[in-house]
Amino acid sequence: MLALPAAAGLAFLVLPLAGLLVRVPWSTLPARLAEPQVLEALRLSLVTATAATAVCLFLGVPLAWVLARVEFRGRRVLRALITVPLVLPPVVGGVALLLVLGRNGLIGRHLDAWFGLTFPFTTTGVVLAQIFVALPFLVISVEGALRASDPRYEEAAATLGASRWTVFRRVTLPLIAPGVLAGGVLCWARALGEFGATITFAGNFPGRTQTMPLAVYLALETDPDAALVLSLVLLLVSLTVLAALRDRWLH
Amino acid sequence: MFRRLIALALPLALALTACSSSGSDGGKTVTVFAAASLTETFTELGREFEKTHSGVEVRFNFGSSSTLAQQIVQGAPADVFASASPATMKTVTDASLAGAPSTFARNRLEIAVPVDGRGGVETLADLADPKVKVALCAEQVPCGAAAAKALGEAGLKVVPVTLEQDVKATLTKVTLGEVDAALVYRTDVIAAGGEVKGIAFPEAGKAINDYPITVLDGAPSPALAGEFTALVLSEQGRNVLTEAGFDAP
Repeated sequence: MLALPAAAGLAFLVLPLAGLLVRVPWSTLPARLAEPQVLEALRLSLVTATAATAVCLFLGVPLAWVLARVEFRGRRVLRALITVPLVLPPVVGGVALLLVLGRNGLIGRHLDAWFGLTFPFTTTGVVLAQIFVALPFLVISVEGALRASDPRYEEAAATLGASRWTVFRRVTLPLIAPGVLAGGVLCWARALGEFGATITFAGNFPGRTQTMPLAVYLALETDPDAALVLSLVLLLVSLTVLAALRDRWLH
Repeated sequence: MFRRLIALALPLALALTACSSSGSDGGKTVTVFAAASLTETFTELGREFEKTHSGVEVRFNFGSSSTLAQQIVQGAPADVFASASPATMKTVTDASLAGAPSTFARNRLEIAVPVDGRGGVETLADLADPKVKVALCAEQVPCGAAAAKALGEAGLKVVPVTLEQDVKATLTKVTLGEVDAALVYRTDVIAAGGEVKGIAFPEAGKAINDYPITVLDGAPSPALAGEFTALVLSEQGRNVLTEAGFDAP
């Protein structure tokens, strides 16, 4: 009874990937992979997704801790707000970022006037767009891990005289490490695949803001084979990272 | 602001729905794939067409001509293809998916600058200043190919901050004030109303884009497709296009 829809679901997820593999121009693959544009886009994607994940960890773990461990009014509203970027179309996220951090944006206007800082069309802009869409994944994973962990360990440490920071560092973090890692991986994967917010907020320029998904999209206009090769690379990179991390730390 | 937001999100939504939505009610729908720069004129012509053909719905998929051409080659169910360059039309005719196209309009580039004059761009040569932020269309799409040709004619080396995927996206970067200048079609400057200022330049005359239109061989509604194409090529179509700033072929 359940096997049929399960098989259909599996086929629906796997067939498109198989279709991609069938159509890849294997004979010209090595030459195409060595093209500087491909390597440039790949390098940019890896660097920006990793930078975005680092920032997400730095901001997201404390945010998750606040949501899970601190009682305050409006906590549920706050949690709902954090999940908005999860359901928001990324293009809309990109427009929202422009309206706030763009050169004429609410905050961007002042950053430009006072410090000469502008984010659109820069690699920093790409990282910002990725953080916007990926941070909720990390926060939700870590918050889940925190809720599942037993607060009595933390209380015990506190009664033994440990400060809040020591408790967090020595007790809480080791307890939720698998959750943080899982969240980090999800966050990285989401950042790597980011398209809509990036092309809207950061634009598209090779070497600076053209990440792999943007390169795939533009290659599709004139050279579908190149798009296939790029897609294959992106697929392999994501699978490798996910598999490696899973085997090592996640069960 | 909100209108701009919609202007940005709408083509995307259309592109996403166009693949699945056409042909659902047999011969009563005609699906037109048209270059982004035709958004305003074709929408108007579509309304005219619906007025004279009661019960018929004209559905549009506006986007960069190269994207549309690829979608058609990949089997998207379209009746009419109107592109912004013979090169993108060739993608479709080379795949034996359509007969000989007819040229129905010509378009030329202009420099679009913000109305507040920020960036101080007045001539094409100003775009080569590294301090000036310039948006161009990607060279894969017709407006980008035309821009590269015009800049080449002028002997200018311009390093843009972004290469956008279609002409409307390029123009939006100016209307939002994120860049100091962009090379877009004259018709897009006119369509933007007072939101940007257009500057004509002589080299644009060397990079004129011909707009071809054709009925696709696999058209689900070939009769309506022919009638819509005839409307575009008619006196009435000519007037709408001229009013929007297109040159006659």
